Amino acid sequence: MTVTLTPVLSRTWDVDRSWTRAVYEEHEGYSALRTALGRTPDEITQMVKDSELRGRGGAGFPTGNKWGFIPQGGDKPVYLVVNADESEPGTCKDVPFMMANPHELVEGVIIASYAIRAAHAFIYLRGEVVHVLRRLQAAVAEAYEAGYAGTDILGSGYDLEITVHAGAGAYICGEETALLDSLEGRRGQPRLRPPFPAIAGLYASPTVINNVESIASVPSIVRNGPEWFAGLGTDDEDPRKRSKGMVLYSLSGHVNGPGQYEAPMGVTLRELLELSGGVRDGHELKFWTPGGSSTPLLTAEHLDVPLSFEGIAGAKSMLGTRALQVFDETTCVVRAVLRWTEFYAHESCGKCTPCREGTYWLVQILRRLESGEGTRAEVEEDIEKLLDISDNILGRSFCALADGAVAPITSSLQYFRDEYLAHVEHGGCPLDPAASTLFAPQGAGAKTR
Amino acid sequence: MTQTSPERTGFDADTLARLTADADQIIGRYPRSRSALLPLLHLVQAEEGYVSPHGIEFCAARLGLTAAEVAAVATFYTQYKRRPNGDYTVGVCTNTLCAVMGGDQIFATLKDHLGVGNDETTEDGAVTLEHIECNAACDYAPVVMVNWEFFDNQTPESAVELVDGLRSGDLPTPTRGASLCTFKQVSRVLAGFPDGKADEGPAAGPATLAGLRLYREEQNAGRRRRSGEGDETGSTSRPAPAGAAAPSGGAPSAHDAPETTAESDAANPATPAREEES
Repeated sequence: MTVTLTPVLSRTWDVDRSWTRAVYEEHEGYSALRTALGRTPDEITQMVKDSELRGRGGAGFPTGNKWGFIPQGGDKPVYLVVNADESEPGTCKDVPFMMANPHELVEGVIIASYAIRAAHAFIYLRGEVVHVLRRLQAAVAEAYEAGYAGTDILGSGYDLEITVHAGAGAYICGEETALLDSLEGRRGQPRLRPPFPAIAGLYASPTVINNVESIASVPSIVRNGPEWFAGLGTDDEDPRKRSKGMVLYSLSGHVNGPGQYEAPMGVTLRELLELSGGVRDGHELKFWTPGGSSTPLLTAEHLDVPLSFEGIAGAKSMLGTRALQVFDETTCVVRAVLRWTEFYAHESCGKCTPCREGTYWLVQILRRLESGEGTRAEVEEDIEKLLDISDNILGRSFCALADGAVAPITSSLQYFRDEYLAHVEHGGCPLDPAASTLFAPQGAGAKTR
Repeated sequence: MTQTSPERTGFDADTLARLTADADQIIGRYPRSRSALLPLLHLVQAEEGYVSPHGIEFCAARLGLTAAEVAAVATFYTQYKRRPNGDYTVGVCTNTLCAVMGGDQIFATLKDHLGVGNDETTEDGAVTLEHIECNAACDYAPVVMVNWEFFDNQTPESAVELVDGLRSGDLPTPTRGASLCTFKQVSRVLAGFPDGKADEGPAAGPATLAGLRLYREEQNAGRRRRSGEGDETGSTSRPAPAGAAAPSGGAPSAHDAPETTAESDAANPATPAREEES
């Protein structure tokens, strides 16, 4: 199979001033909103259920089901919160999307809010992308001007306020309950569940939290119909085992064609590499992540695994955010894993002891391993200690940051244990870090191992 | 809501009136006032270039919180600075992918060139250097952010040129973003006050468009046989090699120096102004 690219979210990115309402409207923008307002909220939720859209933020929970969990008719207000805190290492899809096409997100926000009967929606954007913030602020202002937001939207009687909220630098706020605490003006620390946000979310009110790409997929589902969306992607008799629709695949690292590729669920990394120009010239694939650093590493033997929720789970990893970080043979896996582990230690919010203390000690041990100090027996002992600590972190904290922290460690030891040992035999890293840089001379460090 | 007095915040009456009007506008965007705390902290940072004890006092007074409650939040987030920041924060991504692609060499080169360490400011007050975590631009690695604008596909040489421009006032243009603002100006945008620059800069860079360009080529393929392909894949050019310094630190690639805490940085306390002054 060759990849069929399906630009939907990305269809206008090469158009002049694509971020403006005028350009978006020239490309069917806000037509879905008019359609949606002519239906009942429950009909829209059913459409999203029928499309089989699953969350694009990593976990893959069915979006329509999430909306359906919101209790209706109670005395508490309902909120929609968009998770635009894209921070997972390797993940770089929502930020370029919002910079180029913010109105598609805004239209999705209005339709989703209507479906769950929310009167106030928030877009929580990470604070470190100020130009994306400007584009979102402008898009929301334009939506108000056109009567797409505010009171009595397009004469439907439906009212909605949209607030764009900038974070202030904390990876943990990408975790949905930490995001809620942060949006309430607190330190971003995860909450114990249950109660789930659908029952007690923002201000203890029923809340839907969706990723940017999930919400942005909604207008196209309404425009083209749920059958169209469900016609893309993988198939299986069991509806819980299929991945539908188009997604953004983000290719980065040692490749000739880094960037965004919008295609149906279930293509393979081999296909994407063939399409985009392959691994950088003169080098070969060593390891990659399917969906960011929190998803266990994969190797060249997994090139033909379908990039679907089920396919990647079958390879003992997770699809995550389709953040395909590609590393060639010049890259030291111990260095890579140490750096990710330092990241998790830095970003651990400190609430749960296994994560706070565990990530600290993982860093200490990994630094020693990378330095190549000690004897082979000591290194073997350190590796066992890494696995032991990882086992004591996994599944023992409120949120998935801790689980993500151990993913690179356990998966790298599964595939590259010898490279950890090579550091002690070599008295340090056997690889030259200069050879893996973007500015390395062509072919530098090729096949040195 | 607690009454704010000029004495407690340390701001003069005019400044206080202006900040109070801005703060009330921010608070009005939320169903509950405390949600305004993060933007309010950006607002006081826009005023003073960092979150000072006075700024903390101001936020607390506007929201009916204690200064300790505000300080607890301010110290959790990395974008809030606890001592005066330079006009331009230069953030070098040293998370794994950017580090491997050259971020480590860029960061080492800039430390050496500027004579400052992580989270330190040059003597002229122009540049605060820091290493940052993944900034969602991995397809443009290695990435440097200046006041949270993207400078894509950097090299040690281009980064040196970049900081030299910041220090001389010959401001470089972001690869994807608006013309550079100062740290204080950007903090005001983060507080939710647009600066009218949304229409500056491109919609997307070449990597963002890589897939879309291939798609357009495919569409045209029926009419015209393709020839000489390769340039349209968004592939990055490979600049000349850099004589970059090796990263320093305890381990060969360790980059995370211990954070300065209130305890170890007595000159810049996170404590409320009242306690500080009593």
